Amino acid sequence: MPTPTEPEAPVIEFVDVEKRFGDNIVLKDLNFSVRRGERVTLIGPSGSGKTTILRLVMTLEELTGGYIFVDGEPLTHREKDGKRVAVSPKEQKRLRTRIGMVFQQFNLFPNMTVLENIIEAPIHVLGQSKAEATAKAHSLLEQVGLPDKADQHPLSLSGGQQQRVAIARALAMDPEILLLDEVTSALDPEVVGDVLNILRNVADTTNVTMLIVTHEMSFARDVSHKVMMFDGGRVVEEGAPEKIFSDPSHARTKQFLSAVLRDA
Amino acid sequence: MIPVAPFTADPVPEPTGNIWNWDFAIEIFPEILRAFLEVTLLVTVVGTVIAALLGLVIAIMIRVLPRPLAFVLRWAANFIRMTPLVVQLLVLYYGFTWMDPLTIGFIVFGVHYATYMSEVYRAGIDSVPKGQWEATKALSMSAGRTWRRVVIPQALRSTIPSLGNYAISMFKDTPFLFVISVAEMVRVAQTIGAQTFRYTEAITIAGLIFLAASYPTALLINRLEKRLAYAN
Repeated sequence: MPTPTEPEAPVIEFVDVEKRFGDNIVLKDLNFSVRRGERVTLIGPSGSGKTTILRLVMTLEELTGGYIFVDGEPLTHREKDGKRVAVSPKEQKRLRTRIGMVFQQFNLFPNMTVLENIIEAPIHVLGQSKAEATAKAHSLLEQVGLPDKADQHPLSLSGGQQQRVAIARALAMDPEILLLDEVTSALDPEVVGDVLNILRNVADTTNVTMLIVTHEMSFARDVSHKVMMFDGGRVVEEGAPEKIFSDPSHARTKQFLSAVLRDA
Repeated sequence: MIPVAPFTADPVPEPTGNIWNWDFAIEIFPEILRAFLEVTLLVTVVGTVIAALLGLVIAIMIRVLPRPLAFVLRWAANFIRMTPLVVQLLVLYYGFTWMDPLTIGFIVFGVHYATYMSEVYRAGIDSVPKGQWEATKALSMSAGRTWRRVVIPQALRSTIPSLGNYAISMFKDTPFLFVISVAEMVRVAQTIGAQTFRYTEAITIAGLIFLAASYPTALLINRLEKRLAYAN
């Protein structure tokens, strides 16, 4: 587990990030960084901007102010002669291929089989051979506990199974950074544990950097190195999960945690 | 509609005898069928292929072109859609006299119906959930692969019935080709009537051929629609 004193350059860095939708400011003056292999969970009430942060890293939302760096390179804009200049689509795509995302609603392609979902991007984006991508897909399906579903269509699978396929699809791209956006929120309660166990396993066996938005506090406590509490587009408090969950220093964090933990 | 019910006695005696003559009907049938195959069906098939492909291109272009160009394209498509097919046939017929009338038929039917089909495709494209686009971006898929492998296949699924109905519509519009003197089936039937003063057989046969072609096509579209629904 990386320690704060490690001099390694951050893999994700937010510098003065601002995000507004029209007049509505969702994030303001946001500065934080995530180191390689670090797993950071964002918690906070809905509307606090957690998901927006993930979507900004995946470039699904336009960054309206500030800079995001991935591996030290600007993801959307760079500063040039004191001005904010957009990076070229090609540069952005190069960085984006290092980032994978798993969505709340799975977003598998219903017109393709499970296998086709997984091998599409490795073949056509990373340039892997079909044999190579297929072999990897089968081993990932094994890993997520669905070795016999390769030829099924996603809509014939349960929600939990679809989400496991979506995890395999994201991992097939060998991402450096994996973004998990409320991946269990759309699932039936009894399958949440399966999906979380798979992610725990991914966390244990790989060095992939994770940025996690979740309402599963025990999962957050188990897998993360750092927890950041958001409210109103700002970081209220951050620290090791043991600290945040057992001895939060900010009143807003205490209030939030007592509300969600009572529910759980 | 089929104009006259055969085999009923006509109260007004006609010089030519019975209103329906089987021998005559059998004699003229091959000629009408040939006009059907060589013109009506050909224009429908070529027109449908042009309309289906061009319609898709228009729908995609309106989505991906820069706004001013997309606006011009949409306006041009609206213009074609909102003016009568017959007028478009005549404009090309008299404007491009060097052009073969059948070719004009292909172009006008293809382009006219492309503007209708582009609207169908647009609705189909709009119906693809936002999450699908986001997934393609999260996987860094190229724009081309995104359209080809994700958006178009999913958009098509909901468009097949409407596209099929437009193809049948186009098929039933083919008699308009008479205005540019193409010998399509109804015109051939009418010419036979004019030459022999026996219209009933000729026009009835033409109508029945239309029905015999449209109805199975409609059934086929239905089956295709079911097959395209996500199975399993």
